[in-house]
Amino acid sequence: MSPRTAIVSQFERIAREKDVRLPPLDDNLVLLESGLDSLSFAVIVARLEDELGIDPFSAEEDVEIPITFADFVKIYEDASA
Amino acid sequence: MTRSLWHSLSGEQLSERFLRDTTSSVSLSRLIGGCSLDHNPTRLHGRSVLLATRTQFASALALIALDGIARRIVLYPAGMPASHLPSVIAAASADTIVTDAPLPSGVSSDLDLVTCGSTLTQDRREIGGLATEWILLTSGTTGEPKLTMHTLATMAGAIPCSAERANRPVWSSFYDIRRYGGLQIFLRALLTGGSMVFSSAEELPGEFLARATAAGVTHISGTPSHWRRALMSPMARQFNPRYVRLSGEIVDQGILDSLHAAYPRATIVHAFASTEAGVGFEVYDGLAGFPAEFIGKNGEVELKVEDGSLRIRSPRTALRYLSDEKFAIDDGFVNTGDLVELQDGRYYFVGRRDGMINVGGAKVHPEEVEAVLNRHPRVRVALAKARRNRFTGSVVIADVVLNAAAAHDEGEATALTHELLAMCRDALADYKVPAAIHFVPSLEITPSGKLARLNG
Repeated sequence: MSPRTAIVSQFERIAREKDVRLPPLDDNLVLLESGLDSLSFAVIVARLEDELGIDPFSAEEDVEIPITFADFVKIYEDASA
Repeated sequence: MTRSLWHSLSGEQLSERFLRDTTSSVSLSRLIGGCSLDHNPTRLHGRSVLLATRTQFASALALIALDGIARRIVLYPAGMPASHLPSVIAAASADTIVTDAPLPSGVSSDLDLVTCGSTLTQDRREIGGLATEWILLTSGTTGEPKLTMHTLATMAGAIPCSAERANRPVWSSFYDIRRYGGLQIFLRALLTGGSMVFSSAEELPGEFLARATAAGVTHISGTPSHWRRALMSPMARQFNPRYVRLSGEIVDQGILDSLHAAYPRATIVHAFASTEAGVGFEVYDGLAGFPAEFIGKNGEVELKVEDGSLRIRSPRTALRYLSDEKFAIDDGFVNTGDLVELQDGRYYFVGRRDGMINVGGAKVHPEEVEAVLNRHPRVRVALAKARRNRFTGSVVIADVVLNAAAAHDEGEATALTHELLAMCRDALADYKVPAAIHFVPSLEITPSGKLARLNG
């Protein structure tokens, strides 16, 4: 599964669990305007680690803080490349 | 006679200083001439008061009015379920409730109800002179809150006398002032010639930072998780603080570096503090962990490491729990339960002795999560543990051993995972719900027969 597909499905899963209406997951979507809180992002990252075997945000990696959905996807694509 | 908070404010260029939230603002010169309660505060002399307000602003005004007058003030945090009110009222022997909201059902009508708001009506005169007990609530292993006792003296012990005064700081905090971390900042603003802008749980980080920028905030505090979220906002680049303070969670080098990059002119400080141990120390060198020479130094605050965990003795520690349970051990040292490891002349925090998990500054006792999972008929035993996470410091992960009868394929495992997570969501606050559940063949048991807890 591509990182993007896995990420989209994890965003949709947490939104269902939290009863949040997600805006369309466009590249330009500002993550803080997605309706998801810090805890939701934490859960997404933990589940992606189980699914993809990587956590590109772990302390050893020096990644930029993502602002848009595209930033978030790119961090995973770069880490799995 | 003990100096109250109200008394400590007098005569300090009060007209230029203020308290502000999303809708209200008051100058300290007006504040010391009035009182936000619908009763004359002298009537509450010697009372044990539960302070339960919707807004931080209302709590702030009531706290200034009541310190020195009430015998005891219990600060009920926003976000704590109202279901804990009866047990907290009983444990604190509260006889009065001060609130800006209708009382939830289940609270005894024997209590004297006092309404407070965001405006000043009554006069406030200096009376009383009591050393009011301030009761802060923290989470306990059983899910019931623990009541920890401070006074203005223990809370203010860590506040520097004069360094900031000349610059008239405008403080803000991502914390709520009804928790130790936020209350520290509120007192610091009041006692060092400053002002305070309160955050609001309803605001997005960008909205809060825009408001803080407009109000001229110069000094700001929060957990690493607060800052990781704030730095995701484009507004973070407009904000220009002089002083950024981190506490409440393990601080890693990543967040320190991100803050230095975002605010190159600011002093970035991380502090070790807890409700029980008070403010232990502050680290100014921009590096995670703390220098080994902090340990064993003589001074007002003494630190030592025993059995791998950090212990603190200082006049800033809480006085006691309201229950009989003790937290200060041998010779006045408080065992923080935080495990530290020495590497190259520096100590680093590596986890908790009791397995407690810190999710974005909120404490999760693993036993509480395990108790919920263990209720499911197909679960033999469950272990809740921490996994490091960039967004909240840690998240809860559960390892679950199923009963022998529970042969499972992948589809069944997915269904069971959803069932267990739904149970947790019904019974627990959302930060306590495991991010993921793993089915494992067995769990390690210690020689004393307990689940082996990995700390991290």
